[in-house]
Amino acid sequence: MKKGRIKVMLGNEACVEAALLAGCRFYGGYPITPATEILEIMSRRLPLVDGLCLQMEDEIAALVAVVGASWGGTKAMTATSGPGFCLMQEAIGLAVAVEAPCVIVNVQRGGPASGQSTSTAQGDFYQARYGSNGDYSLIVLCPSTAQEMFDHTIKAFNLSERFRIPVIILSDEVVGHIREKVFIPDADQLTFVERKVPTVPMEEFVIFKPEENGVPLMPTFNTGYKSPVISQAKSLNGNRGNAKEAVENIRRIVSKIEDHMDEFAEVQVYGDEKAETAFVTFGSVCRAARSAVDMGKEKGLAIRSVEVKTVWPFPDHLVRRALAGAKRIVVAEMNLGMLQREIERVIRQPEIKIELFSKIGGIYPQPQEFLRFLEEKR
Amino acid sequence: MNPLGEKYLRKDFLPFLFCPGCGDGMIVQAFLQAVDDLGCVDDLALTAGIGCSAWIGVYMHVDILKVLHGRAIPAAIGIKATNPSRKVVTFTGDGDCLAIGGNHLLHAARRNIDMTVVMVNNQIYAMTGGQVAPSTAVGSKTQTTPYGNLERQLNGCKVAIAAGATMVSRWSTAHPKQLIKTFKKALNHKGFSFIEIMSQCPVQTGRYLLGSGSPQFNFQWLKDHCMKEEDPSKWAEIEAQGNIPVGDFLQVEQPEFMAEVARMNQRVKEAQAKGGDR
Ligand SMILES: Cc1ncc(C[n+]2csc(CCOP(=O)(O)OP(=O)(O)O)c2C)c(N)n1
Ligand SMILES: [Mg+2]
Repeated sequence: MKKGRIKVMLGNEACVEAALLAGCRFYGGYPITPATEILEIMSRRLPLVDGLCLQMEDEIAALVAVVGASWGGTKAMTATSGPGFCLMQEAIGLAVAVEAPCVIVNVQRGGPASGQSTSTAQGDFYQARYGSNGDYSLIVLCPSTAQEMFDHTIKAFNLSERFRIPVIILSDEVVGHIREKVFIPDADQLTFVERKVPTVPMEEFVIFKPEENGVPLMPTFNTGYKSPVISQAKSLNGNRGNAKEAVENIRRIVSKIEDHMDEFAEVQVYGDEKAETAFVTFGSVCRAARSAVDMGKEKGLAIRSVEVKTVWPFPDHLVRRALAGAKRIVVAEMNLGMLQREIERVIRQPEIKIELFSKIGGIYPQPQEFLRFLEEKR
Repeated sequence: MNPLGEKYLRKDFLPFLFCPGCGDGMIVQAFLQAVDDLGCVDDLALTAGIGCSAWIGVYMHVDILKVLHGRAIPAAIGIKATNPSRKVVTFTGDGDCLAIGGNHLLHAARRNIDMTVVMVNNQIYAMTGGQVAPSTAVGSKTQTTPYGNLERQLNGCKVAIAAGATMVSRWSTAHPKQLIKTFKKALNHKGFSFIEIMSQCPVQTGRYLLGSGSPQFNFQWLKDHCMKEEDPSKWAEIEAQGNIPVGDFLQVEQPEFMAEVARMNQRVKEAQAKGGDR
């Protein structure tokens, strides 16, 4: 049993708590419901640990400043919701291209455009993965509880440092604003990953030459390496113009993540693992699905609930394993069928229709509705 | 090779991508001279956006983060925030700085964060092939104002002054000595400094706006049109004649942002130690 303390906290608050423990010392943000608490609490807490929380002029500036801080040698993060997440897309590509470790929280709300600021939604499922331009990959984690806001934030910082990528925490209004018990382990009970910095003399260092794990060493600015870090397609020495090396570099920034999915991919199964009926969910909807599984059990219904915790890169093999033997698959999500598409791609059995139980408009699905869906759509 | 180039350029990045006759190489030289005079190369952290002028810093052997179009200033803020002892300098174009990145300029100036923005004004979007910029004169025919530019010019120095920059200068590539001096002043200025450099682009500005693609013509154009005038009350008259006031316009001392942050953090930590948190 880990040592630590238990505190009742807002999901967004748990995120800050974890970020500070993980060593985050720069936060660039812009107010937006339902993510604002993260910025507000950071602005209170960061000065106490000699960090800096800046309310920037917009979300573009917020994320670009985070990328700057990352190269400056600091763990850095930002948080936002749909409209701000849209503004950040170009800079997400920037963070990918310059391999700047950072964490981006998207506490989802209804869309499109300004949508429903106070309502929950899961419509940014694909945007979180494909919102920026060109070929790239990144990691997206989906918490469903305040505790997972905490755990995933620690994990996000660790993965961002390990792979030198932006890691996105795709939360939603329910998880951001829920107030519940969170176990906060003592710092010495947690593992923290730090980026690897070069130690060879500057003349021998090649800035984008990967180590065996596909990730190059990352010198902090003003430590003598005089690094050229450009957002353009680049060769190993950081310069533009060598098409062959540039292409290899793009392939590498994708494969450095996708070849190592075993290190982080996570799918959980709740309920009867052998049940023929399966729900598939991510984020806050996992919670209602769990209750539905419990209620079903009382009525003699065997159900499993497959919870995709790391939605990108999509963990095909883990989802396939978790759904093995299922005869009826219902994807439940707060959008018009995004996770459903992935499940359709992964489960290619003609006799199984991938059903969709979809809720939009900020109305969180009730457990009873899951069971009603199973009955009515039979 | 020029001894400054020998000392400070990334040899493996040459040749420059600048066209023959471009002013950007002259800016590289003036800046390196200032850095050499101050001996501050190890403290430098540069940022840049996108555009021809954004490449200026890439050829210098220093730490540089070249980001997105218009976003060099927030990147600089992030770098500065993590280590205030750095000398952070941003190289940006007139489009990069005044159009897509205009908002960032306002807010960085307002914060008076210790950094230097060097805005290279060639009066056009050069990199993309000669489209109108916020700095292009009314009436100019560019690739996107084929019937003449209807929009009035945005004056970067006036914007910077209004937004709260604590050091503002404008020179041109035809003023190398003044430029070196101003760079040195800015590198030592504790606060937000804005340096506008009028620069020649024979290929776009020259051919489309000024009537000649000759480098000599374009350099002479700057010499003929840039007038030293540091008194703002006289600018309107100069500008009315189609000329450009240059000089060291402003330098004042104001609380610098990162220094204030350090003080606030100290104050807050002390208060917390005593049991409060403010
Ligand atoms: C978001 C975005 N929009 C547009 C572009 C295309 N673009 C590249 S450079 C540039 C204009 C640069 O003009 P300026 O800042 O004046 O620099 P110059 O090339 O004149 O030095 C544009 C529009 C881009 N790279 N990114
Ligand atoms: Mg220009």
